[in-house]
Amino acid sequence: MAGLYRQILAWLDERFGAGSVEEFLRHKTVPIHRHSIWYYFGGMTLFLFVVQVLTGILLLLYYRPTPDDAFESVQYIVTQVPYGWLIRSVHSWSANLLILAVFIHMFSVYFLKAYRKPRELTWITGMLLLFIMLGFGFSGYLLPWNTLAFFATKVGTEMAAAVPLIGTWLLTFLRGGEEVTGATLTRFFGFHVAVLPGLTTLLLALHLLLVQHLGMSVPPSVESAIEEGRQPARSMPFFPNFLLRDMIGWYAALGVLGALAAIFPWELGAKADAFAPAPAGIRPEWYFLFAFQTLKILPAKILFLEGELAGLIGFTLAGIIWVLVPFLDYKAGFGRVTRFFTGLGIFALGYMVVMSALALR
Amino acid sequence: MKFWLPVIAALLGTAGTLAAAGPESTCITCHSMLEGKQADPVKKFESDVHQQVGLDCADCHGGDPTDESMDSMSPAKGFRGTPRKTQVPEFCARCHSDIAYMHRFNPKMRADQLSQYLTSVHGKRLKQGDTKVAACVDCHGVHDILPASDTRSPVHPANIASTCARCHASEEHMRGYNIPTDQVASYEKSVHAEILAQGDTAAPTCATCHGNHGATPPGVSSVANVCGTCHVFFEQLFNKSPHQPAFAAMGLPSCVQCHSNHEIVKPSDDWVGVGQDSVCATCHSEGDKGYTAAQKIAGGIAQLKTRLASAEEILDSAERSGMEVSSAKVELSTAHESLIKARVSVHAFDEAEVKKLTDEGVQTADRTYQAGVAALQERDVRRRGLGISLIAIVLAIGGLYLKIRQIESRPKT
Amino acid sequence: MESPEHTPNDGVQSRRRWISLLLGSGVLASIASFVYPAIRYMIPPPVGESTSRSVVAANVNELKNNSGKIFKFGSKPALLIRTPDGDYRAFTAVCTHLNCTVQYRGDMHQIWCACHNGFYDLAGRTVSGPPPRPLETFQVNVQGEDIVVTRSA
Repeated sequence: MAGLYRQILAWLDERFGAGSVEEFLRHKTVPIHRHSIWYYFGGMTLFLFVVQVLTGILLLLYYRPTPDDAFESVQYIVTQVPYGWLIRSVHSWSANLLILAVFIHMFSVYFLKAYRKPRELTWITGMLLLFIMLGFGFSGYLLPWNTLAFFATKVGTEMAAAVPLIGTWLLTFLRGGEEVTGATLTRFFGFHVAVLPGLTTLLLALHLLLVQHLGMSVPPSVESAIEEGRQPARSMPFFPNFLLRDMIGWYAALGVLGALAAIFPWELGAKADAFAPAPAGIRPEWYFLFAFQTLKILPAKILFLEGELAGLIGFTLAGIIWVLVPFLDYKAGFGRVTRFFTGLGIFALGYMVVMSALALR
Repeated sequence: MKFWLPVIAALLGTAGTLAAAGPESTCITCHSMLEGKQADPVKKFESDVHQQVGLDCADCHGGDPTDESMDSMSPAKGFRGTPRKTQVPEFCARCHSDIAYMHRFNPKMRADQLSQYLTSVHGKRLKQGDTKVAACVDCHGVHDILPASDTRSPVHPANIASTCARCHASEEHMRGYNIPTDQVASYEKSVHAEILAQGDTAAPTCATCHGNHGATPPGVSSVANVCGTCHVFFEQLFNKSPHQPAFAAMGLPSCVQCHSNHEIVKPSDDWVGVGQDSVCATCHSEGDKGYTAAQKIAGGIAQLKTRLASAEEILDSAERSGMEVSSAKVELSTAHESLIKARVSVHAFDEAEVKKLTDEGVQTADRTYQAGVAALQERDVRRRGLGISLIAIVLAIGGLYLKIRQIESRPKT
Repeated sequence: MESPEHTPNDGVQSRRRWISLLLGSGVLASIASFVYPAIRYMIPPPVGESTSRSVVAANVNELKNNSGKIFKFGSKPALLIRTPDGDYRAFTAVCTHLNCTVQYRGDMHQIWCACHNGFYDLAGRTVSGPPPRPLETFQVNVQGEDIVVTRSA
């Protein structure tokens, strides 16, 4: 077995220098300390994304992206295609787990200040990837063309109109027209299976290359403890130690996904009817709830701005600040922990949790 | 009066040139200048159907519409004046019973209204001098008569009940005739009135069952025929049933006995059988054949309903656990058809007839129930499959864990 | 004094083999439980999907003149009629009164509902009986050997 491996490696090395890549990876290590557990979440996010790609490709074999056929094709997959119910439910559940994982990954990176110099670009590509994942979630949600999806998309895209100047244009661009129609479905399908995967490929490649090149970040508190000799610098090889542990996590995730698909299958719902009134209590998926709730409780007017617009501006500013955190918290680059940013992080996380909880009430 | 005539003549001249449809009759010209009851017909006549077809005052009342003097209203000029109530039917029938004349205006129109009317209670009483009864103008209006198809007409199907009610619901007006005055009130509570209000003009109103010109309440022996003009199956089944000779012998009005005549409401399944709300129990008592039959019929229907409900329940439960059961649900809806047909077959008052349909329905319901069971079983198969893959996963995780321990317990070289 | 055949290393070696075996079989079993469904999924089922908009209702040789056939369209029954002149008509078979399934009456050249004796003409309009609305009409096209019924937009 090992001989075969070396033969293949040698063959590839002669053609594109696979040997140096393998050499590099063999020497990759992962630091061991109190906060090491958070290192697993990057890999978990990647794993769940791969699950999405694989199940997504399988769904693509039968899905039809037109308003006349979309719902029926999903119904077909779930009822007639062998294990179609499994593939579809795994895809829907894994989408949610993926978003959860990406938020945990992002927040853990934030609180452990892994974004500090020299990892600013990793943070930025990561944040862009997070927004893309939200885009995947939003575009994918419409594809089954059921009542919930239709109205959630209607409400969600309505927000675009609140953007000043380009609002109407943006709304028309997103919807492929003025209302949510088959044109919206086609467009969202295009985003979901072509545009966003393309962007993800680029950003993910960049993100992973940066991570390999820069190695794993150690939190400032641990770093200083090591420097001051209070703690030894321990690490484990990525291959095979960390990877085996990663695999335990991935297998556990697969088990959870299978259980969710079999015990809590994803609902088919009823086919969307554009002329029916919106069902009561319509709301977006859980990862958009905090924004949805914020816009609901904002007063009609704040100073001279319309409430919705103010909310939109607020979120945009918050997003921009968040993406620029490595530059704002530049002191972290010198190993100094600025309490303000930790506090800001706790506030952001708390805000999202509380708002989501309120929306669910 | 003679002083105004030149003025009127001048007006006539101008009016004549302005009027699109020929010169205005002097009747209109003079009467429009009068007040109260004298001027009333002029305004009303503008919307009248007779005016639309080119007729004018003189065509009914006689006289000379070109004569500007009072002579226009002289018997010499053929003036007939205002008819007395008892003369009204013949007054209208002068044209309306003349087939050749009527067909000049509307070839499809009937010309037998007068002969029909004379057979009715209204017609007979009018002949005897009773002026309180309805004659043509009481229902159709006068001077502003609209065709029955016009929704504003008092004889449009949607308005007939309130037109009849004008007299028949008035205690004061009906005093001395010894007939009830609650018919319209009862009718308004009926399902027929409900459908009519929704705009379906095929729904029955007073004239549908009683006739319009030859208005007669159907006699006891002919009630089934009247209802049966629409409710065909029910009449057919009833006439073949043991109730037909029994009711005829007792002088009971077939359909009306259970369903009432005016206050015909949506029947409920509780009417069948021997329970509290049943109509069967009003005549049948324990021990007689009808009582047993009623019990069996009600039992069959109840059984079908129960089976339909349990099939629906299991399919809903399967659907909630994520199984797709839409084709079974479609089949279940055809089982409902059996229930609908069974309710019709009740009117044969024969438990064997009802049983045929309820058995069919129960069969279909049971089939869909089995589909629900199969769906739940499939769900369990999935869960078992899940269990197997979880075992494989646990094995893999166990193996990984041990491998890790094994690798890391090796002394570092 | 250890005999040459049983060194302490032997115990460790066999333990290692067991662990590798466990790991290998676990991974293999789990992969099989993922790959098998995926492969089965990729093979198209025998019953092709029909869209909600159109369906093949019958074969050209199936219906004689002046006869009808009930077929499934979406999740509801529908009626295909071949008129006495040989034309094809298609309607929903759900009666507009209380949703019973209608049928074609060759003797009367009309569509009949057996529940309460409702009649519709060959254009789907109510002729007599309780149905309050006409039957929804579908488009019929002959494509080769197939009679295709389509829901109009």
